[in-house]
Amino acid sequence: MTKKVIEASHAIAIGARLCRPAVIPMYPITPQTHVVEQLAEFINNGEMDCAMLDVESEHSAASAVIGIVAAGSRAFTATSSQGLALMYEVLPIISGMRLPAVMAVANRALSAPISIWNDHSDAVSARDQGWIQLWVESSQEALDAVIQGYRISEDKDVFMPLMVCFDGFTLSHLFEPVDVPLQPAVDKFLPKFKPLYKLDVRKPMTFGPIGFPNSFMHFKKQQQEAMLNSISVIKKVNREFKKAFGRAYGDGLLDLYKMQGADYAVIGMGTLCGTARVAIDRLRKKGKRVGLIRVRSLRPFPEKELQSAVKNLKAAAVIDRHISLGQEGPLFTDVRNAIYCNDISINSYIAGLGGRDITVNHFEKVFNDLEKGKQRGEWLF
Amino acid sequence: MPEKMKFNQGAVVTEPGSSRKYKTGAWRIFKPRIDQRKCIKCYQCWQMCPDAAIRVDAKTGKVWIDYDYCKGCLICLTQCPVKAIEKEVEKK
Repeated sequence: MTKKVIEASHAIAIGARLCRPAVIPMYPITPQTHVVEQLAEFINNGEMDCAMLDVESEHSAASAVIGIVAAGSRAFTATSSQGLALMYEVLPIISGMRLPAVMAVANRALSAPISIWNDHSDAVSARDQGWIQLWVESSQEALDAVIQGYRISEDKDVFMPLMVCFDGFTLSHLFEPVDVPLQPAVDKFLPKFKPLYKLDVRKPMTFGPIGFPNSFMHFKKQQQEAMLNSISVIKKVNREFKKAFGRAYGDGLLDLYKMQGADYAVIGMGTLCGTARVAIDRLRKKGKRVGLIRVRSLRPFPEKELQSAVKNLKAAAVIDRHISLGQEGPLFTDVRNAIYCNDISINSYIAGLGGRDITVNHFEKVFNDLEKGKQRGEWLF
Repeated sequence: MPEKMKFNQGAVVTEPGSSRKYKTGAWRIFKPRIDQRKCIKCYQCWQMCPDAAIRVDAKTGKVWIDYDYCKGCLICLTQCPVKAIEKEVEKK
């Protein structure tokens, strides 16, 4: 391994290069642009044996993924915000056709008002479309999640596409030291893609046919089973990744920090967890028993793992970087649903929309609320 | 669907030609009919039929309509240069 100081976008591009995709359909959008620029550079320099497909929109990029994977090849793409929104029609088609693929999403707010800055509204809004979602916190994890992602997505018990969600700007443009795995180690960890079916003129098949009312539900049930299977696959891949590369991220689904003996915890996703760690370290020095539960996998949602993680808590707070308008923070909804039978108080906080800063002070306030027994969360400005 | 259903992963249909099992003749409102005395065997109807429901007899070269699949769109009637195809209302 070699250590390099690079931004997460560059780390994602290296991760993709190491996984040897055959074709990459690319369409640039801020703040994902550096990912596809870097991949185009790799291909241009002959560092990557891969075809670059210069498509005319994100809808076309996602559609091209269908063709590439249906033909039996590995595909990678990346997008953000409005680009993901434009792909929306194709997202459930890729998962419904059971085509494994990895897509990096540089999380950015959805307009309006126009915002190029980070929140989680783009990918969280797409959570019901049959894509596994891994939410990462660092550049290192961004690179590693791409490699893990192909192993999970292409597992014979899964065969579902996967998004690596990384915070726009806050992470995508952040330079950090990153251990870059060596190609032979990745080749050993990630075998060649073996599709169950593929398009072949010598043996014609039909992909994407109509599903009449007497069959459609059976296929949806298969997808749900595959998503539930992915829970143990994500854990297994996380363990095997540690053996091969010396790094792991919690159990693959949840990443816990200072939860030993904690009375109060915050629950969140992405880079806000880095800020939470700093706040927790400060409060721990003052003798406060506080910790962090970072949700790494939003889909599948790790219900059982969460139930055991909150077991000994008095209260917890969920920080959502997205709001389901007319309801509440979607992560809060999922967490409350999962821990319905755990006897703990839980508050919902909305924060960091459209790139609004989330600071250590915010977390200190949240922990203070929990300690005082405050029963309601709020919007953190 | 009379046969026992198979649920291949991703709804992939592994054998070609499965659309033959799905008969669309019942969709028809108008039924085209070919007058063999007028037909000049130009095969424009055969070429234009969107459902490949117009067939050519390999021995005689005569065209005939496969009413199991003809949806009655009447493109054949419109295309025929010698008005050898007529329509009638389909009796159910």
